[in-house]
Amino acid sequence: MAVLVSLAAFGLIILFRNRPNLREAVTVIAAVSKLAVVLSMLPDVLGGRYPEITLVNLSPDIGLALRADEAGIIFAMLASMLWVVTSFYSFGYMRGLPAQRQTRFYASFALCLSATIGLAFSANLLTFFLFYEVLTVATYPLVAHKGNPEALAAGRKYLAYLITGGVVLLGAIAYTYQVAGTLDFNAGGFLPQDTAVSSLAILFALFLIGFGFKSAVMPLHSWLPSAMVAPTPVSALLHAVAVVKAGVFGLVRAVGFVLGPEQLHQAGALPFMLAAAAVTIVVASLLAMRQDNLKARLAYSTIGHLSYIVLGLALFDAMGWTGSMMHIVNHGAMKITMFFCAGAIYVRTHFANISQLDGIGHKMPWTMAAFTVAALGLAGVPPVSGFISKWFLVQGTLNLEEFALAGVFLVSGLLNAGYFFPIVYRAFFKKPGTKLVTGEAPLIMLLPIIITAGLSLFFGLFPDAVFGFYELAERVGQSVTGGGW
Amino acid sequence: MIQNLPILIPISLILFAFLSAFLGVMRFRLSQSVALLGALISLVMAVFGLNHVLQEGAISYHLGGWPPPEGIEFVLDHLSAFMVLVITLVGFILLIFPTRPGFLMDEQRGVPLYAMVLMLIAGLCGVVLSGDLFNLYVFLEIASLSTYALVSLGSGRAAFSSFRYLIMATIGGSFYLLGVGFIYFSVGTLNMADILQHLPAVYDSPAVIGGAVLIVAGIALKMALFPLHTWLPDAHSYAPPIVAAFLAAVQIEVSAYVIIRFLLDVFTPELMTATVPLTTVIGWASAAGIIVASVIAIAQTDFKRMLAYSTVGQVAYIGLGIGLANPLGIVGALLHIMAHALMKSCLFLIAGGVYHKTGIKNINDYKGLGRRMPWTMAAFTVSALAMIGIPPTAGFFSKWYLLLGSFDQSNWVFVGVILGSSLLNAVYFFRLIEKVFAPSEDKVEKGADSRGELSWRMLLPIILFAAGILVVGALNVFIVDRFLMPIVAGF
Amino acid sequence: MEEMTFHYSYIMIVILLVVGLYGMLAKRNLVKKVIGLNIFQSAIFLFFIKGAIKEGATVPVIDPELGVEAGLYFNPLPHVMILTAIVVGVAITGVAMALLLTIYRHYGSLDEHRIMERMSK
Repeated sequence: MAVLVSLAAFGLIILFRNRPNLREAVTVIAAVSKLAVVLSMLPDVLGGRYPEITLVNLSPDIGLALRADEAGIIFAMLASMLWVVTSFYSFGYMRGLPAQRQTRFYASFALCLSATIGLAFSANLLTFFLFYEVLTVATYPLVAHKGNPEALAAGRKYLAYLITGGVVLLGAIAYTYQVAGTLDFNAGGFLPQDTAVSSLAILFALFLIGFGFKSAVMPLHSWLPSAMVAPTPVSALLHAVAVVKAGVFGLVRAVGFVLGPEQLHQAGALPFMLAAAAVTIVVASLLAMRQDNLKARLAYSTIGHLSYIVLGLALFDAMGWTGSMMHIVNHGAMKITMFFCAGAIYVRTHFANISQLDGIGHKMPWTMAAFTVAALGLAGVPPVSGFISKWFLVQGTLNLEEFALAGVFLVSGLLNAGYFFPIVYRAFFKKPGTKLVTGEAPLIMLLPIIITAGLSLFFGLFPDAVFGFYELAERVGQSVTGGGW
Repeated sequence: MIQNLPILIPISLILFAFLSAFLGVMRFRLSQSVALLGALISLVMAVFGLNHVLQEGAISYHLGGWPPPEGIEFVLDHLSAFMVLVITLVGFILLIFPTRPGFLMDEQRGVPLYAMVLMLIAGLCGVVLSGDLFNLYVFLEIASLSTYALVSLGSGRAAFSSFRYLIMATIGGSFYLLGVGFIYFSVGTLNMADILQHLPAVYDSPAVIGGAVLIVAGIALKMALFPLHTWLPDAHSYAPPIVAAFLAAVQIEVSAYVIIRFLLDVFTPELMTATVPLTTVIGWASAAGIIVASVIAIAQTDFKRMLAYSTVGQVAYIGLGIGLANPLGIVGALLHIMAHALMKSCLFLIAGGVYHKTGIKNINDYKGLGRRMPWTMAAFTVSALAMIGIPPTAGFFSKWYLLLGSFDQSNWVFVGVILGSSLLNAVYFFRLIEKVFAPSEDKVEKGADSRGELSWRMLLPIILFAAGILVVGALNVFIVDRFLMPIVAGF
Repeated sequence: MEEMTFHYSYIMIVILLVVGLYGMLAKRNLVKKVIGLNIFQSAIFLFFIKGAIKEGATVPVIDPELGVEAGLYFNPLPHVMILTAIVVGVAITGVAMALLLTIYRHYGSLDEHRIMERMSK
């Protein structure tokens, strides 16, 4: 259902290309109704029932099947909630800059969200793949939006990386079908017990690489910083939330629901994933410190945090998984706040580099306050939500007595602080340069910023409230690893 | 009446061809309308036929009432019904496209243009409906002759390319004929079903093997299977767009059909794999062809030439499916016949329409067309995505089945080829998509007066094809289960 | 089929095939290519006719004196096939000639290399 809503929106937006107000109204209506639909499924899922529907068959025995389970609804809620906010934000942003091709922009956005929700609710690998590829195609116009050579080059790189990933995935999926005879997701994996280790290893490698592209695991990550050339709402929603989270979500499905952590653990395949993730976390954080462009710094930070999630998935531990699932949400909220701030700053001042932002806290206090909240969260400081997910992740590593990994988390927390706090410091504690003549961000942009920052705080304090994120995440962790704490 | 369907389809097409030629002498427009009518009727018959076959099984028609194996038999079974549907459907939609941009020539009285097209369709239908080796040859040559004539309409270059094509294709046809001779003299019959019965007794004789090799080699020439593909790039790029579409989308597929028919119903897979590894050779040649063709396609700057090389690659996918010789592979090949027919026709029509409107042939000049021709370029995007193999287009699903078939045989090289070639296809198609949607620069482009979208008559077939790609993709299970699986049942 | 006396005809057929192929591929003049094509096809026709012959049989017209026993007459089916194939061959030659006319009109030459030169201008 939810998929259809934004699909309809896509069509309508194109139809109304000449009437900006109508177009934006459609976007908002679509976003809100999508959220409503997703939320309506929440009580069912919390109660343990999974609404599902199978549309036309994609292949004999494999249907275009959608099912709302815990993992799926976590992701779907994140995406739909944030789309509502992002829609408002983008109105402000696009109006604030001389923007062309807004129709294409909003239409592609709507299509992306359709694909994302479809992804989230896919019940089998083939359906997942379908939406995954649609997502890649639909995000391309957004990345290359500006149309200047730089944007086009970034777009090309983006496509090259992601389509390669897609192709690798296709191989993995076909092979899985060959081995297992089915593609339906099943908590704990659905490969037969007697699968040869070599097949398992190959599948694992293929899935890891295939999804690794979208999850920006090093060394498959370089499309992400380049894609920052896109307009900020794009970067915000897609590259902090939808596209990259689709990648890690893919890993969630692959590791948790296809291959099965237990089998992987026994095959000794997990350490590779752990190593890749750990390296990514550290290196990305280090690289982040060197970036002067605000969005680039955020990009590298994203890369690092995505690998937090990946690392959690590689732990054969329910707590680790819980932490990862929660971090999908938390990081999404926090990062999107930061991107929104970056965009607001750009709209107001046309400055994109950190060195230009001295004293901006005085001029844009609300914006920077939100930024600070988010920064605290990402560094893992309570009571912002980042702390919660990090706590679980660290617990997971400790449960397995992987002290080195716990150390990685702690170190990266410090590094996070290292690259965020200078920004905060400069914003508030330095005198504004003479060039900084500006006011606070426009309300329509400010509101979303405050909302997302607020959400970060809210979920930090009450992780289970209203939406039951914690409950859902915990269930995922347990069902996948087949075990308790 | 239903019983006569197998013969009615080609006969009525031929009849309409003559009608079209005669009426065309009076008014040219009439000939096109007549042709359209003829194609439509044959399409309707094809649908009826398919329906009948699905419900009640194959229809067999004996020419002149002489029973086989002495008589000539026309057969409408699952495979031929499917093929006839593809041929007539594509033919009908292609005929909607207006004459001048499609054929690159003005409407002149007395030129039996549409008659030729109908003869082509008739010939192709005859090929797929034929239950008799020699009959197949006759119709194959009917179709080929029509194509030689049609290809030459493009320009001087087209005539020369057509000549080259004629030479090579006739060699192919002659090889086929020779092969038929070998088989006939070993088995004593020309009827396919009959040969199936008698063949096991003489499997190992060199004559039969030689016959099989010759037949396959001859058809491979007509199918442009690597490395026998050299006539194709020129013929397809210089031919007028509709003709190129017919060639790439239908004629080549029908040639592939012949091999499939042989594989399934005459020689049976055992012969083809056991005594002479024909399918293996086809498979590997196809694998090489896919890669080579895709690489060369990347280097092209002329849009139609790029499409021509792409066609070589795509047909090689079908060959790959044949080479796998397992049910999934054949299903993939057949589905790809349908998918490619739709995709390539759409693309060639777009090429023709764009050229007509703006004079643009070189892909570098396609910059910014997305703005001016949004519908056309939307259809282009759909087709391009389908060629690359992105779900939910039809192109994805045919590759999916081919992949499954390759895995079934543990043929990792084929898997790699299929996946790698998708990437290669992505390179040359996305390059174009990128150009199309980039904002056009402010220098005045060629044909600045030709702002705007293609005429609706040109758009209609293009959109129909693009929609078809999506529909086939969505319905692919329906198609596979109902039409295609029965064909490979018994494997 | 393996009677010594028949072998020489098969060798002739092969020679014709090769000559035809050579003509088509190696000769530069387009008309010669067409001639090569015809030679090639003729070889195939001969092959069919060859295969229709039976030892001690006669022309396939029923002779009242001989009766209707099939073994006494040549196999007429290949003859029929070849008639059809000859017609097809003629048609092909006709179309080829028409193409040659068009080519000549455009390029003023029937020499392959010269035409290719002019084509690439």
